[in-house]
Amino acid sequence: MANIRAVRPDKVLQRKRISPWNDALYRLIRSTNAQVGLGIVIFLVLTAVVALVFWPYNPRIDSDLVNRLKPPSWASPRLDEKPGPGYAFFGTDDQGRDVFRRVVHGAPISLQVGLVSVSFALAFGSVLGLIAGFAGGRTDNLLMRLMDILLAFPSILLAIGIVAARGPGLNNTILAISVVNIPVYARIARSTTLSIKEQDYITAATCLGASDRRLIFRHVLPNSLSPIIVQGTLSIATAILEAAGLGFLGLGAQPPTPEWGAMLADGYKYLTIGAWWVLLFPGAAIMLTVLGFNLLGDGLRDALDPRMRGVGRM
Amino acid sequence: MIRYTIRRLLAVLPTLLGVTIIVFLFVHLIPGDPATAMLRENAPVEVADRIREQLGLNKPWFINLGEVNCPQQDPNVKSTTGGVFMTYHNCDKFGWFAALRYWQPRLDRPFDSQYLLYASKLLRGDLGQSLVTKNPIMDDLKLKFPATLELSVMAMLVAVGIGIPAGIISAVKQNTPIDTASMFISLAGVSMPIYWLGMMAMMVFAVWLHWVPAGTRLGNDIEIHRITNLYILDSLLTGNVKALGDSLKHIILPALVLGTVPMSILARMTRAAMLETLNQDYIRTAKAKGLAQRVVILRHALSNALLPTVTVIGLQVGGLMGGAVLTETIFSWPGIGRWVFESIQFRDYPVIQNVILVIALLYVLINLIVDLSYAVIDPRIRYT
Repeated sequence: MANIRAVRPDKVLQRKRISPWNDALYRLIRSTNAQVGLGIVIFLVLTAVVALVFWPYNPRIDSDLVNRLKPPSWASPRLDEKPGPGYAFFGTDDQGRDVFRRVVHGAPISLQVGLVSVSFALAFGSVLGLIAGFAGGRTDNLLMRLMDILLAFPSILLAIGIVAARGPGLNNTILAISVVNIPVYARIARSTTLSIKEQDYITAATCLGASDRRLIFRHVLPNSLSPIIVQGTLSIATAILEAAGLGFLGLGAQPPTPEWGAMLADGYKYLTIGAWWVLLFPGAAIMLTVLGFNLLGDGLRDALDPRMRGVGRM
Repeated sequence: MIRYTIRRLLAVLPTLLGVTIIVFLFVHLIPGDPATAMLRENAPVEVADRIREQLGLNKPWFINLGEVNCPQQDPNVKSTTGGVFMTYHNCDKFGWFAALRYWQPRLDRPFDSQYLLYASKLLRGDLGQSLVTKNPIMDDLKLKFPATLELSVMAMLVAVGIGIPAGIISAVKQNTPIDTASMFISLAGVSMPIYWLGMMAMMVFAVWLHWVPAGTRLGNDIEIHRITNLYILDSLLTGNVKALGDSLKHIILPALVLGTVPMSILARMTRAAMLETLNQDYIRTAKAKGLAQRVVILRHALSNALLPTVTVIGLQVGGLMGGAVLTETIFSWPGIGRWVFESIQFRDYPVIQNVILVIALLYVLINLIVDLSYAVIDPRIRYT
């Protein structure tokens, strides 16, 4: 009895307030998919940082033609000559380069391609979509027609066309993948803008005399962010996959850059003699990376879905 | 329905126009222009000019508004290039303002431009010719397209045949190990580079186990009477059992590999759609009235859950065409995908440009068909 009297009534009725973002974060770290995905992504970022900072690599002076295409082993063919782990436990490639080292150094390249190209696409696409959704009418019609035209191409083919015309290389790969992804964001941003525009709080803000700029940046943009974030994570996955595909076709990063797709293209020549290690490891690295971002994206989608808010906790 | 169809058809026209313009612009994205790209670095300017004239690159891109005659700086060097609206003579050393200063308007033949020439050729079914083999692209396309068609159809059969049942089973047995396993496989399927999967499969099944041949469509020693160039269909039509067996053996691995992505996506889509329908009231009613589980799942749930899946199948065809470039390259499959790859190696721009155009047109057409068939299946779509 004494306990009950000691508690103030307003405290009893009050539920702990959680901001939507904190709630999403809470649900994100509780989902298994997201945990695994986040784990993989963090692992890759760490690998990239370690590779860049602590284990410098110059692919131009790395060939060692005596030890060409050696299968994976714990006994290093060149234990004393090179810095870093001396074991070629991923084997060596057609120029005697350590496959493990090249796979590790492929991580920063792929992450860079994924992040940069998606950031560009996200920035341009969302702005276009916001403009289209907000302006409506002719502007909307024209912009969305343009986006439809870009979407009429299978994405990898449009990317191939752009890179083939602009010339092979990592920068043009990034450019092509950005262009290919712009319509995706434009569509998402437009559809969320359209639905948000009809909300009562927008009408209220308009009545209070808010300018268009204030409406866009204070109300529409923050509220349309979550589907864009989810799509962003998922498109990093496809961007990495597409960049590797372009690299494989000889359009992306040029040799001797240790890009995973280009490494696969090198290894393809030795498929018939059974040199499986030059193929298995770069491909597995691509798969792990893409899987990580896909899982994280799926987890984010569930976490940011407002219909799921507060599920599983009270 | 007729009004919906007409409206949908009209909506496709600007898209088609835009697709041809973008494909046309590919050639003009080339630094310098295709003529300089094709030549070695220090080739004489006259040669580049001659190639420009042969390829029609000395005309303006879109509309002909006249010529810009800049004063010739070097008496030995003449050059002529097509700009967006005008033809430029000897303007290499002048900036963009040359157009303002030296423009000589001629409005008597506004339609004498590269794009309109290209478009009028397209309408006549002329895709130009390859720079390398000098063959008309249309002729090569007729030879190579059936190979891609055959591969894509088989891949789609794989995708539908495995993906949809897997999705149904996953949904019915939700949260069991079967569900987890099939969802993990489908997630892995969309996450791996298919050309890598292809190479690993080839390594295991062709190089190590010798179960299937590595690459190409048909063994060298097999005779086949070509009617449609779809080898499976041809061998069936002529009753050639040996050729049928051999072409099936050749196609199985590439079809499985190419079908992996659509299969995974279909499995996930079907599962999601099935889970949604299985929670509907009419399913509970059907169960309550004592129908067998099989009947409830296949007749009541599946037929409703398949509607979104139909759209996804249509959308996957585009991805299939993109994947064909990579898969055909791996398996030396003589279709249009490998053709694109080879043309990239030789910088055969007309081929790259026009094959991409053909694929994009096909993709637009398939999406149109999907949209229309969707309206037939689901009356709610016809919102006229």
